[in-house]
Amino acid sequence: MSRYSALGLLRGALNGQKHWQPAWRDPEPKSHYDIIIIGGGGHGLATAYYLAKVHGLRNIAVLEKGWLGGGNTGRNTTIVRSNYRLEPLHNLFEFGLKLWHGLSDELNYNVMFSPRGAMFLGHSDADMVKLAERGDAMRCDGIDADLMTRDEVAKLEPLLDMSRDARFPIQGGLIQRRGGSARHDAVAWGYARGADSFGVDIIQKCEVTGFVRDGNAVVGVETTRGRIGAGRVGICVAGHSGHVAAMAGLKLPVESQTLQAMVTEGVKPMINSVIMSQSLHCYISQSDKGGIVFGGDPDNWPSYAQRGHPMVMEGAVAQGLALVPALSRLRMVRTWSGVTDMSFDGAPIIGETPVPNLYINGGWCYGGFKATPASGWTYAHTLATGKPHPLNAPFSLDRFERGATIDETGSGPMPNSR
Amino acid sequence: MMQITCPHCGPRAQSEFIYERTVDSVVPLDAAPEQAMATLFARTNPRGVDEEIWRHTYGCRAWLIMTRHRVTNEISATRAVGPEALP
Repeated sequence: MSRYSALGLLRGALNGQKHWQPAWRDPEPKSHYDIIIIGGGGHGLATAYYLAKVHGLRNIAVLEKGWLGGGNTGRNTTIVRSNYRLEPLHNLFEFGLKLWHGLSDELNYNVMFSPRGAMFLGHSDADMVKLAERGDAMRCDGIDADLMTRDEVAKLEPLLDMSRDARFPIQGGLIQRRGGSARHDAVAWGYARGADSFGVDIIQKCEVTGFVRDGNAVVGVETTRGRIGAGRVGICVAGHSGHVAAMAGLKLPVESQTLQAMVTEGVKPMINSVIMSQSLHCYISQSDKGGIVFGGDPDNWPSYAQRGHPMVMEGAVAQGLALVPALSRLRMVRTWSGVTDMSFDGAPIIGETPVPNLYINGGWCYGGFKATPASGWTYAHTLATGKPHPLNAPFSLDRFERGATIDETGSGPMPNSR
Repeated sequence: MMQITCPHCGPRAQSEFIYERTVDSVVPLDAAPEQAMATLFARTNPRGVDEEIWRHTYGCRAWLIMTRHRVTNEISATRAVGPEALP
């Protein structure tokens, strides 16, 4: 694989850009792999990359039923941050955020990571107390967090409605300046190209239809392109974990819901950071192309429909317009939604399953994109060694029966009320 | 948006209803702890038809059971919740 570089571009310019090669191969599946990863999204591809890079394994396949990054990797709002209150969560996401900061260099692929700041708004005294508490918890673990006054918020985002009679009056905020956004497709493609260069077989249009069992243990998968043997199999299909795990007879603490997102026509820079809220479920940021990206609530009822829902869209837009009234003049050009694994405590599941040789990475709720590098790193460790990495040990599947849930919002075993 | 037929009020907009949980996740009162755990914290979560409990929260406030397809959102039946409907 040739490295991408400015010099290469320049040389290509003189030769009619004839030097471009496919970024990864399109191999036929072999009869057996040491490790098979089900799901060719960002997480699965990152897992394959770190399995090869960090653990030196080579006989690995990533099976994808559609095309790379065509699921939730391409259906999120591309926000990257690690500002969680609970220790296991912010430690995992912070590990990921550190990887994000060097990711373009690491992959020799521009993932367009832009640390422009991720800001939570506070709308009441109670909000500000919660934000201070969260910021303190983060700073205790060495993660950057700054509590902002009302004036500082207004200075950073002049278009916010700061009037005292605003629908959602703004008292202040909490910012993580190292947070920001990245280009979703590039993350999948960069990891795919990197994994392929180590000899990982990335097999698209290959849907897993069942597991091959020897006694209780999984020893391979049945696919639409035939049976493939495997030493270990890792499920990495968040959004669809439920029915893939069901093929192995597992019932998960997960309910699938759709999560709404949409984007407006492109305009000149008007939103400087990623705007979120302690009280609302509304995410506003501006893509590098200029479109204003809105994220909203999950639907709050189980659904696999990968399409928008007018009622939820209206809710998200109403909140966004109340915060930034100037957005009302923009036209919405696209809406989409991804299927999210809503876990029963709001935290992901990464680790072993009761079935020997079968591992799971899922339950990412609506927060999987930012975790892509950390998820891949820890899952690769788990798959390579058979034991969890210290960062993902708290996120084991059996934490629910042990009563060791990681419930950031404290809302109990109700995936429909997050 | 779905239109949901409340067994008491007839067809109404979905915004009047709130999803509660699936029928198979209702924990029986006399369940052993392991069974209660498994029922409370695990879902079949099919990519297809499931039976769900919804509530007409902003209407008559009664519970109902809905049979719905989770990809197409097609609702094939709704019925009132009675003592005989739950495990």
